[in-house]
Amino acid sequence: MTVVSWGGAYQASQVNAYINPYVAAHPGLNVITDESSADAVARLRAMSEAGNVTWDLVDVVASDAMRLCDEGLAMPIDADTQLAPAPDGTPASQDFGNTLVSECFIPQIAYSTTFGYRTDMVPDGVAPPTDACAVFDTATYPGRRALERRPIGNMEWALLCDGVPYDEVYTTLETDEGVQRAFAMLDTIKADTVWWTAGAETPQLLADGEVFMGSTYNGRLFAAIAEQHQPIGMAWGYQMLDLDGWIIPEGLPADHLARVMDFVYFATDTQRLADQAAYISYGPARASSAPLVGNHATLGIPMGPHMPTDPANMTGAFLFNYTWWADHRDELDARFQAWLAQ
Amino acid sequence: MTSTATDPHPSDEELTGGELKRRLARALRRQKIRALLLIAPLLLFILLGFIAPIGSMLFRSVENNIVTDIMPNTVAALQTWDVDSTELPPEPVFRAVVQDIQVAAEQRTAMQLARRMNFEVPGFTTLMRQTQRAVRRWDVETDGPFRDQLIEVSSDWGDLHTWRALKAYSSEYTSGYYLAAVDHTMVSGHIEPLPDDRSIHIMLFWRTAWMSALICFMTLLLGYPVAFLLANVKERYANLLLIMVLLPFWTSLLVRTSSWKVLLQEQGVINDFLVWLGLVADDNRLSMINNKFGVIVAMTHILLPFMVLPLYSVMKTVPPSYVRAAKSLGANDWTAFWRVYFPQSIPGIGAGAILVFIIAVGYYITPELVGGPSGMFISNRIAHQWYVSGNWGLVGAPGTILLVAVLVLYWVYDRVVGIDNVKLG
Repeated sequence: MTVVSWGGAYQASQVNAYINPYVAAHPGLNVITDESSADAVARLRAMSEAGNVTWDLVDVVASDAMRLCDEGLAMPIDADTQLAPAPDGTPASQDFGNTLVSECFIPQIAYSTTFGYRTDMVPDGVAPPTDACAVFDTATYPGRRALERRPIGNMEWALLCDGVPYDEVYTTLETDEGVQRAFAMLDTIKADTVWWTAGAETPQLLADGEVFMGSTYNGRLFAAIAEQHQPIGMAWGYQMLDLDGWIIPEGLPADHLARVMDFVYFATDTQRLADQAAYISYGPARASSAPLVGNHATLGIPMGPHMPTDPANMTGAFLFNYTWWADHRDELDARFQAWLAQ
Repeated sequence: MTSTATDPHPSDEELTGGELKRRLARALRRQKIRALLLIAPLLLFILLGFIAPIGSMLFRSVENNIVTDIMPNTVAALQTWDVDSTELPPEPVFRAVVQDIQVAAEQRTAMQLARRMNFEVPGFTTLMRQTQRAVRRWDVETDGPFRDQLIEVSSDWGDLHTWRALKAYSSEYTSGYYLAAVDHTMVSGHIEPLPDDRSIHIMLFWRTAWMSALICFMTLLLGYPVAFLLANVKERYANLLLIMVLLPFWTSLLVRTSSWKVLLQEQGVINDFLVWLGLVADDNRLSMINNKFGVIVAMTHILLPFMVLPLYSVMKTVPPSYVRAAKSLGANDWTAFWRVYFPQSIPGIGAGAILVFIIAVGYYITPELVGGPSGMFISNRIAHQWYVSGNWGLVGAPGTILLVAVLVLYWVYDRVVGIDNVKLG
């Protein structure tokens, strides 16, 4: 069985949490791991064209899963019959909830773009920030900010913090006035903002004291806080979640398919997804996994509070809107870059 | 040399004029072939590594066959429909859409078309996704008419805007990318300017030009005295100074740019020093990075050797006796410099200026690292189109404009200054 993933710490967490236990329970099974997820779409296209799909299971981000599904390269899954229910019997479709963003996608983990701040730069007598909206509150929290140099996330935060309810955010952004309203909100902090393009920049800017608060991937902030012991705190509210998970290539031979389905049933059950959190600071995609998250395997610290999907961190959290951004990204990116450059 | 080698007895027989000419021609041809073979590796390298990519960039800036390839029937059926029409296209066009998207869905090319059209029309991705899902189940022969069915699938098919854009961008070669590169669109079927809040390219071209010119001027201002010193001190001091000029030149570009980051940032060395001196308040540190200032400082530093070296090589050839002669004839220091020395250093200024300006116009990495949004150059926008949007046409078009602009500049320069007056060494 050939399992394709991203390599590095992430793939190690998968090997530890479910590939090794599965192999231990099935002696004789040979699992080959590949690290080609970054170009999985192109590779699967080529394999499918050549009529020779050699991968059994592929780890991809949700947007790639949707693309593969659209192109008929990934197999549709029925969550309730093909994935394990929660321990209390809740069907998988409810347990995964809105993380099932495509019929071909089997979610594993959620990571998020969220905010970290310098704990030692919070003004005296002021409560530390708890959510993304603090970034717009320069009166309470003076200092510079770091935001990603793209519209995704920033436009949502601008509107959410300007009082637009989440379910109206995208309809608002489809109007010209809505886009201008978001830019007006971003204008209030434009002069104070450093715009980043690589996820490593914000932790560095925070460590240097260049910014008070900045957005980045939660895993980067975890490393800065738990491994490098920087004076950084998390402001989880209104975090933007993104997903990573499995797809099964279309057209596998029956014996391969049966093997893979059995593995996926095991590897995405409640306990296995909770186990993975001991190795990496990404949150299990199942709601039922959250209470089972334990301590980090080597650092020994409890991982629950570092999980994007921990109920305490989920206030106002929203999922990356893949379909909406696929339609509007080109247009809004042009407007965003024009706004930035002015 | 060759003729004596091939003919061992040139003096043994009397050569006729024709024979001599023939042999000479053969020898010359052989020499030419040998010379060609010697430069062949370089020629091949330039051809494959330089001419071919530029050619492909030129091609990509106009190429648009994705629409005709994926929707051939629709494009043909739309021929007779007028973009200014206030009526939707007739039923055969809708039928052609169904036919084309059925094939595209089968060949998995529908979403490629969606991506292409989404550059022009927001929402095309969803339109294609929904349409492709629906038409898979239909039979072109029996399930018509399709007009209302398609509008049922997505109301965008009932929107004139969709059809105008499709028709406007359906030709095999398009000027659309060039229009976009100068902030225009033809999404309505007619060329019109983009609204101000989406216009970015002209502003970036202009910014790239004036900032490059300023950087060029700054390198001249700083480089001229250095080159003068280099050319006029004793040789052993000159060598030491030259090494000091070249040392940064030999240091990695990334290291130098990152060092400027360390120096210029708010919690950086210069701000710390100014705060320590009491010239700047701790809570009001200077913003010297992630803006135009940072780019001008860092690029002036990085490009300085490109100005100093041509200046130096020209100044070294200026005989000191001319200035002495001018002085002995009564000129003061300034007049001797300005009327006698400076005019002779102009070829060096010309070479340095054209070198620095052309390098600066295409610069990418320094504006990217220390420029922030307000210090961004056109090349940063081009790179963004490449790796974020994947819009290769909009990589090719501004790239070509930049190339042509530099060539025009070179031509104007040749006309005004004369390229023969430029000395690189």
